[in-house]
Amino acid sequence: MGKLDGQVALISGAARGQGEAQARLFAREGAAVAIGDVLEAEGQRVSESIVDSGGQSMFCRLDVTEQSDWTEIVDETVKQFGVLNILINNAGILRVGQIETSTLEEYLEVIDINQVGVWLGIRAAIAPMREAGGGCIINTSSTAGYEGYPGLGGYVSSKFAVRGLSKVAALELARYNIRVNSVHPGPIDTPMVRDPRIGGRVDGPIPVDGPIGRAGRPEEVAKMMLFIAADATYSTGAEFQIDGGQMSGRGIPVSD
Amino acid sequence: MGKLDGQVALISGGARGQGEAQARLFAREGAAVALGDVLEDDGQRVAESITDTGGQAMFQRLDVTESSSWWSIVERTVAQFGRLDILINNAGIARLKMIEDSTLEDYLEVIRINQVGVWLGMQAAIPALKETGGGCMINTSSIAGLQGYAGLSAYVSSKFAVRGLTKVAAQELGQYNIRVNSVHPGPIDTPMIRDPEVAIREPGDTSYDAPIPRMGHVDEVAEMMLFIVADATYSTGSEFVIDGGLTAGSMIARADD
Repeated sequence: MGKLDGQVALISGAARGQGEAQARLFAREGAAVAIGDVLEAEGQRVSESIVDSGGQSMFCRLDVTEQSDWTEIVDETVKQFGVLNILINNAGILRVGQIETSTLEEYLEVIDINQVGVWLGIRAAIAPMREAGGGCIINTSSTAGYEGYPGLGGYVSSKFAVRGLSKVAALELARYNIRVNSVHPGPIDTPMVRDPRIGGRVDGPIPVDGPIGRAGRPEEVAKMMLFIAADATYSTGAEFQIDGGQMSGRGIPVSD
Repeated sequence: MGKLDGQVALISGGARGQGEAQARLFAREGAAVALGDVLEDDGQRVAESITDTGGQAMFQRLDVTESSSWWSIVERTVAQFGRLDILINNAGIARLKMIEDSTLEDYLEVIRINQVGVWLGMQAAIPALKETGGGCMINTSSIAGLQGYAGLSAYVSSKFAVRGLTKVAAQELGQYNIRVNSVHPGPIDTPMIRDPEVAIREPGDTSYDAPIPRMGHVDEVAEMMLFIVADATYSTGSEFVIDGGLTAGSMIARADD
């Protein structure tokens, strides 16, 4: 008996990283999982490997900035699995560049994917969720939805925006029995964080300060998503932090 | 296979309401549960009913404002169950009174129980959790730790304080592999919220003017506690809100279809 037996989930950016871990966990818990991503070969592979191990999954190319892509993957999901209960807006990118030296295009590329992509995803999922009698939408924000980081103007803007947008969607969609929450990961060991273009460490442990002095694992984020989808039945418009204590404050040295 | 097999949890205010539901769920998931409360008959009854259904539980009187009471229940818990892994600071009270009409004693009664009680509980649990090699503390704040409510100056003060204190404890105890998080319930259907002094409502009326238009159930809070203990292994110093969307914002504009 899985926690998501009979449910159908759509996860953006599920070809790797956090989205892949979520897709695999949700499938193990009995959900049929639609995987959307621009990385077609990798997404196809994840979907096939879920099916090979007895799960239900499909892949559909999804550029989250394209309204027509969203319409297509939602239609395909409902056609193939009959219903849509869960949407995880997980797709996101990170680009480093100081405001002073960035172009507007560089800024808007991040906003388009991380922020407008979430807005489009929510909108596309409403109709089938109303049809299903309710549902659960989880938007991936970040600790960058709480505090600024130099060089991440686009990323921080978009993650603050997603935090606020989630609350508006929660208020608007509660009457349809649709819950909407945001998740705020800190440093998670994924290809995005290890990207050498942003100064990421390719091999070895990712150095992390704070109360839990390591990077989080995608599987830990996936468990939080599962809790929100399956058990957090009285939480909507809420923020779920999974950051190793990064946001709990500053560790001022204190003598013992 | 329970999610908490082999673990030992201490829950303050475990005689009824949210604490009782947590104790019952944790016991079903395999934990041995120590219940502390000032309500001795109720607490004893919960412990016995857990034991009768095959679980492990014990009750000891706990006044959370007394340091000695805390050290005593921790000591007995470890003596009886061998260790301590989980502390849930759940005990709390609400008193409705405007600042203008309150005495200092009115104010301090709530602060002592809701706030100082949490501080004392954490302090008493630290050595036992260190001995275990780590653990998890959960402090029950409230949405009154996120926003103010007229007539609840002491309650709101205490719940904001618990929210901040939790983050300090997370910072201080991370090195011992102890996670510390706060939970922020909104209106949960418990004896506290049905106290006629706080709000008059008919028995059986569970409606509430929130985006999710009902009161929360104590079992929903217990599921959140279980998630934090068993699965939220990368969360510490975090705030977990369970309020039916009450603090998500206001319905200033509601265009109809």
